[in-house]
Amino acid sequence: MSAASDLTILTAAELAKAIATGEASATAAIEAYLAAIDARDGAIGAYNEVFADRARARATSVDAGEITGPLAGVPIAVKDNMCTTYGRTTCASTYLATFEAPYDCTAVANLEAAGAVVLGKTNMDEFAMGSSTENSSTRMTRNPWDTDRVPGGSSGGSAAAVAAHLCAAALGSDTGGSIRQPAALCGIVGLKPTYGRVSRYGLVAFGSSLDQIGPMTRDVADAALLTRIIAGHDDRDATSLSEDVPDYAADLASGAAGLRIGLPTEFYTDALGGEVRSVIDQAIETYRAAGAETVEVSLPHSRIDIDADGKLSSFAVAAYYIICTAECSSNLARFDGVHYGHRTEEKVEDIIELYSRSRAESLGEEVKRRIMLGNYALSSGYYDAYYNKALKVRRLIANDFAAAFKHCDVILCATTPTPAFRIGEKTDDPLEMYLADIYTNSLNLAGLPGMSLPGGLSSDGLPVGIQLIGPVLGEPTLFRAGRAFEAASGTSRLTSPVIEGQS
Amino acid sequence: MTRTTNISKVTPVVGLEIHVELATQTKMFCRCINQFGDEPNTHVCPVCMAMPGSLPVMNRQAVAFSIKVGLALGCTVPEYTKWDRKNYYYPDLPKNYQISQYDLPLAAHGVFEIPLESGETKAIRVLRAHLEEDAGKNIHDLPGCTGVDLNRAGVPLLEIVSEPDMNSVEEVLGYARSMQRLVRWLGVSEANMQMGHMRFEPNINLHIEAGGQTYKTPIVEVKNLNSFRALERAVAYEISRQTSEWKADPEGFTLAKLGKQNRGYDDNTEKTVFQREKEEAHDYRYFPDPDLPAVVVDEAWRESIAGDIGELPLARRQRYMDAYRLAFQEADALTMDAATGDLLDAAVAVGAEPKRCVNLLLGRAAAIAKERDCTIADLGIAAGQLAELATMLTDSNINATSAETVLVAVIEDGGSPAEIAEVQGLLQVSDTGRLEVWVDEAIAENPDAVAKAREGDKKVLGFLMGQVMKKSRGAANPGEANKLLKQKLGG
Repeated sequence: MSAASDLTILTAAELAKAIATGEASATAAIEAYLAAIDARDGAIGAYNEVFADRARARATSVDAGEITGPLAGVPIAVKDNMCTTYGRTTCASTYLATFEAPYDCTAVANLEAAGAVVLGKTNMDEFAMGSSTENSSTRMTRNPWDTDRVPGGSSGGSAAAVAAHLCAAALGSDTGGSIRQPAALCGIVGLKPTYGRVSRYGLVAFGSSLDQIGPMTRDVADAALLTRIIAGHDDRDATSLSEDVPDYAADLASGAAGLRIGLPTEFYTDALGGEVRSVIDQAIETYRAAGAETVEVSLPHSRIDIDADGKLSSFAVAAYYIICTAECSSNLARFDGVHYGHRTEEKVEDIIELYSRSRAESLGEEVKRRIMLGNYALSSGYYDAYYNKALKVRRLIANDFAAAFKHCDVILCATTPTPAFRIGEKTDDPLEMYLADIYTNSLNLAGLPGMSLPGGLSSDGLPVGIQLIGPVLGEPTLFRAGRAFEAASGTSRLTSPVIEGQS
Repeated sequence: MTRTTNISKVTPVVGLEIHVELATQTKMFCRCINQFGDEPNTHVCPVCMAMPGSLPVMNRQAVAFSIKVGLALGCTVPEYTKWDRKNYYYPDLPKNYQISQYDLPLAAHGVFEIPLESGETKAIRVLRAHLEEDAGKNIHDLPGCTGVDLNRAGVPLLEIVSEPDMNSVEEVLGYARSMQRLVRWLGVSEANMQMGHMRFEPNINLHIEAGGQTYKTPIVEVKNLNSFRALERAVAYEISRQTSEWKADPEGFTLAKLGKQNRGYDDNTEKTVFQREKEEAHDYRYFPDPDLPAVVVDEAWRESIAGDIGELPLARRQRYMDAYRLAFQEADALTMDAATGDLLDAAVAVGAEPKRCVNLLLGRAAAIAKERDCTIADLGIAAGQLAELATMLTDSNINATSAETVLVAVIEDGGSPAEIAEVQGLLQVSDTGRLEVWVDEAIAENPDAVAKAREGDKKVLGFLMGQVMKKSRGAANPGEANKLLKQKLGG
């Protein structure tokens, strides 16, 4: 094992410390990661673009003492839907294939202000719509645990990059599970913060009332470190919260003793089967053994059912897909071929044809499907039956959580119904794909923070995530509970086979 | 088949939507400068260009301005309002949705009193006033392409919708002009028509009484009128057009059969023109904008804005007629804007005679203001200067003609009226010795006139008086000079 690859084994916090104390140089760290990308990203396909020159220049500045901060010299990957003034911001869409943003996303700017080095932009489902990263117009991203399988999505590139040690940590965005689901499928930690905790300025919108940027890391301590840096009020995002950002590392070592862990009856039905169920049951035992108390709670409007044919269903998923499609139908209207992005080269008769051709040529099937669903849900005559009803369901779901958190500090459940599925397995059945987020959707509807962390491995060696849900601004409890589980279970910092194969 | 129909009464029924651009420093949802007339796309940013990932942040001043208008119109200003997206595609609307207010406007259910030529007023009900962002402008006169200028995109736009309470062209114009006066008065808009600060969309139909029945013609909405003249002509044209169309087909040309129609307006022919309807009606798919929190207008905010409103034009005009004994026309002219009346009131407050001040303001000053296309107050006359000059008139230290000359000097160069009059020799001369010199000269130089005057010709007396005033360069006290002239002529 070379000295350079040693550095890629470190977590973000460990690497920051090594650089700060002079044990390692930022340049060495960047070179180690660029080498890892050269060696492994051909097989994984995590990155859409790597900023090698810029990263080297920043590393030089870190080593010269010109850039300082808690993440000085730490290479971070950023999902390709966060605007940066360097490189392109494509959202993995043909429409934005050559788009260069004139401004920086606040969360990314905050990371760099803390000394981090943005290593590149990671692949994703087009406009963050999908659960496998197969809806990308740029490339296939593969799961580092089994390259025949998907990394999850939509932040699949970030998840794979973290799991394959192609960056020290990454940012993802989560509208219905897009951080937590790929984190679970790639065996890493992923946090969706409380809605409004992290500014959305510069995050290309999918579902504005649901979107949050969050960290994707190798362990809980890194998630706490990154969240501290990206969170906080932003004058440019009217929905960002003004509450002070606490020191999320403060409670990390407090352990599970005395924690009240809620187990929602509706998440532990027959729908939760097989490999995932046994990992969750094991996690419950681990917590109990570590001194936590478990309490049964109820989330009636998030209930997950399974029918005789094995099909899952949930109000939350139904409400989620009405709200997120409604919002995206309007958010994506600006991609019209007039002001920037793809414009058809065909001769057009009028402006309407310019719009339709430009959009038809450059937006993918899933994106078109959701735009149409959303327009339908908002159209006059259907608004009350769909959109308005979904808003009511959303309120009921949020009320359920609020009631549950009177009896517990944190809720424990599955992140996904199954471990990573095979590439192509669900692409023909969009509804089946939507159900990959059945355990994660309801949090976005309620605006709550949720974190997926590795719970263990399935019998065929695939990672299985467990999900911790907190009340509004309950991130400190999530980090504490998450770290307690890592310590008690020894499932932290799983190493994916793609790395083992290299070393 | 057309049959003869005896019309006993035609009542035009008109409602008016007025769009007012608010004079905030910056745009509605970004901090670009709100300024008209600069090079295209010089006041733009990622937000008003609809760059991906950009987000709107509300301009509180625009909301305060709108609340002010709402309260001045006697509207209810609810504690809770929100922003909605109105979705439609147009190149001058870069997001392809407009941030507007759908079901919870900032202000609703008011009444606006407008003056009629008869001297009476009429109450026009205001349905709602809501705030939204303006669109940019398409530029069509470029070779081979259409350009888009986004300087105006995102400028705050207040849409004030009346009930269909106007029944004549006069009332429509009165309402529109009063609204212009009000928004200027409140300091929320320049309401400059040339700059597109105000745009009108009237809804017009007729209630026709004939043969003991009432017929309603189709409601026509005329889009995007940019001047009072266009508004006047469009409404007048619609009244006559709808009358003839109904006469031609009394059973067919009705609201029940044809519903609502949109028409455009042609500035050249001064007629409204048929607009081809889209195959399907617009479905704007309104929904609450998830990027913007709801707006809470608490009691304290509302009260502080209400406290800022002060006396409104109609009330002030009545006060001027009652307290200052002004004619309607005078009172009206002095209440075109708030500052001119403020100037008058301030001069009166330091002891000037109201009528003297009014005569000064509505004389040469008003003419200069008209030339300069500004308000009288904009001329920069201070209340102290006005009061000083008015008091000189009251004390016969200057005559009316000279006072005008002094006022012009005050407007041009500033300074104290008394000093200007002194320097220019315009102080009124009542001293008999000095008056006698001018009178004697006038008599000596005009023997024919003097002869006629002595025969009792009053007209010639006026001519001689004019000669005296001319010799004194306006400084002679006319009363004293007149007395002396008559004496000398042996009257």
